[in-house]
Amino acid sequence: MPVPGKKRKDATGVIICKPENRLLRGHESERTIALIKGNKYMKKRPFICLSEPHLEYDAIEPGCKLNVIPVPKKAVLFFGTAYDKKGAPLFKEGDRVKTGQKLILYADSEEYIVSTVTGAISSVSPYAGDFGKSYTSVQIDVAEDETDDAFEKVSGDLSIDNVRNYLSSLPGNLPVKSFSDPDNKIDTIVIAGVDSDLQVITSQYIVSSKMEHIIKGIKILKLIPGINNIVLAARRDSLQGYGHIGAEVKNIGTRYPSAFRQLVIKESLGKILPAGKKPEDIGVCVINAEAVASLGSAFLHNRIPTDKIITLINKDGTKKLVSARMGTPLGDILKAFNITLNHGDRLILGGPMAGSPVYSEDYPVLSDTDAIMVQDKNQIQPVSDYPCINCGDCIRVCPVNIPVNMLVRYLEARMYPQAAEEYDLYSCIECGLCSYVCVSRMPISQYIRLAKYELAEINRAEAANA
Amino acid sequence: MPNQKKLIVSHAPYCHDGSNISTRSNNIMLAALPAVLHGCYLYGLPAVGVVALSISTAIIWEYLINLLTKRPSTIGDGNAAVIGMMTAMLFPATTPWWAVITGTFVAIVVGKQIYGGIGGNPFNPALIGIAILMLSWKNIFDIDYALLNYDFNFPAAYPLVALKHYGASSVESFSLTDLLMGNQTGSIGSAFGLALALGGLYLIIRGFIRWEISFSFLAALIITSLLFQLYAPGKYAGPLFHLLTGNTLLGAFFLATEDSSSPVNFIPMLIYGAGTGLMVMLIRNIGGHADGVVFAILLMNLTNPLIDKIRPKAMGKVNSHA
Repeated sequence: MPVPGKKRKDATGVIICKPENRLLRGHESERTIALIKGNKYMKKRPFICLSEPHLEYDAIEPGCKLNVIPVPKKAVLFFGTAYDKKGAPLFKEGDRVKTGQKLILYADSEEYIVSTVTGAISSVSPYAGDFGKSYTSVQIDVAEDETDDAFEKVSGDLSIDNVRNYLSSLPGNLPVKSFSDPDNKIDTIVIAGVDSDLQVITSQYIVSSKMEHIIKGIKILKLIPGINNIVLAARRDSLQGYGHIGAEVKNIGTRYPSAFRQLVIKESLGKILPAGKKPEDIGVCVINAEAVASLGSAFLHNRIPTDKIITLINKDGTKKLVSARMGTPLGDILKAFNITLNHGDRLILGGPMAGSPVYSEDYPVLSDTDAIMVQDKNQIQPVSDYPCINCGDCIRVCPVNIPVNMLVRYLEARMYPQAAEEYDLYSCIECGLCSYVCVSRMPISQYIRLAKYELAEINRAEAANA
Repeated sequence: MPNQKKLIVSHAPYCHDGSNISTRSNNIMLAALPAVLHGCYLYGLPAVGVVALSISTAIIWEYLINLLTKRPSTIGDGNAAVIGMMTAMLFPATTPWWAVITGTFVAIVVGKQIYGGIGGNPFNPALIGIAILMLSWKNIFDIDYALLNYDFNFPAAYPLVALKHYGASSVESFSLTDLLMGNQTGSIGSAFGLALALGGLYLIIRGFIRWEISFSFLAALIITSLLFQLYAPGKYAGPLFHLLTGNTLLGAFFLATEDSSSPVNFIPMLIYGAGTGLMVMLIRNIGGHADGVVFAILLMNLTNPLIDKIRPKAMGKVNSHA
């Protein structure tokens, strides 16, 4: 970690974002005040409340600047597999890795990640994530970039094998597994050109600025056997001026939560995802626009992309577009914008409605880190243990018609199987609107997630004992 | 490390629209206030006494139950005060003090708290309190008897009783403007139709009550009374008379819309409201009571769990019983 107070040198000569900020300050302070007053994600219940609240997705502002964060001194890479104390990792502390080099943790696992930095591995340790998930974290002391040329040698050949072998950890999290798995018969790919959460503009930025990469990426996706339909789902206003892109373009509504995968599939393909199923189960694969752009970029520039585009949402609700090397600790990004985290604040991956929390500033930027949100402890609205008063606001706001008032009574009583069977637990897309409008301030969305987790645990235990 | 910085972790969402129960309760009381003030103006200090005693004892009963059950105090959410106010609005101005205290006891304890408090009551608590008193001490709710000693500058007969006993011709002397402006006898909060309607509209616009219930209630009441009138014009009064007398508007905007005892899905709300309107007219025209609002709403409260099962299919629902 850099010493506090000591100015960090910019070793790589990448643009530092501070001067830009200063230029923007006059114009921005006005906007900041406006946002605090009518802070969009803290949108209050309107005085006139004849219909359910309308939360609108933010459109990307024209001329939105991308702030580039310098390569960090220390980077952290995450393996999705749990750390095995007795296992023998294929690399050890002190090993040198190059940018673009494939790293495999254990000999018997197929999972690999691509190092996004060059340097020496300083530690391999377990990391405990959400809902008991565990990861293996690999810390690297970063040195001058050197590129591993394994991909460059084969990148002239546009083939799915190359994608499978080198590009599973692209920025935007390309779901390589789902279209290389022979059990899944995927025939349709939906490219999500809008982020599902409020305030996040990462995908919109990609669509509006990296269309050539996306077009190249679409060409590669078409090589996947069995694919007969590729759809780009985006806001109409972000798609002007492009001719044929090789995919059908569908418009996505601007009202939250229309960019959630289930609703995108419904809107753009006319298919309804059965409750509790993954898109892959009905032959659809939803891919972030950034993943497609990274895929195109990899083959256009013969180099595995390593930089992730992130929407940074500050405490006052203002946002910045950031480009950071994957593996950069979140704390480094906050520091670049002079954002201080105090005791009791929140650091959130994702947006205000469906993000997930992290407990440490050392958590790195991963391939699916589309947004980082910082919330001051004064902004944190506590939930309450009040019962449901049956006001019906959640019923009106629910995009998938769940009887939330009944569901939450069952969930409070921990009657999870009944909740799933009779009150549509698995139809929930976890948009969070029910918690947002709840007059009793019940943690409804949180109860739903807990119920799904508990049911999965029950099912797992039953399967193990069967 | 003693001064280690710790972050709060919790699941999404990380925002709330700021609504809460006490705002809701306060607005309901605010909307009902003009009608209550009119009652106090019309009946003087006895009415003020009933309203004050009713609201305060409702809060006290709730607090005592909180103490007894060793749960955190819930009087701050304003729901007990709302129940007290609704009960007061249904009392005639001369209700004796012991009846008021008994009424709020039944409303808060039997009507609400034994079901687990706010949100758990299957019936409107205020109506439970009133219904028990109506069945136990009938005379208290005989409006004509209760207001015997008052001198009004308008016909002092309770319109619904007049209609019941002397037929439609006897109520021709009531002008609709008088009824709308509150120049009629009745319980404390039910006479001033204009204030009740405006208060109800305010609550609908603010989203604190569900318009479907009020509108279908009134629509069904108007249609049913119109049919009755067309069938026997000499015997039954017209829709506007029924709309503006008795507890109709109070019931449509403040009582039938009580959150916990009414449905939340669209079609059930229409059925519930329409059923209440229909029952009110049936009780008034062919039943034993002069005004049927209290029992009609309680009856439809009973059907709420059943009719609220009619609901739209959740997206992606897989019917496992097919």
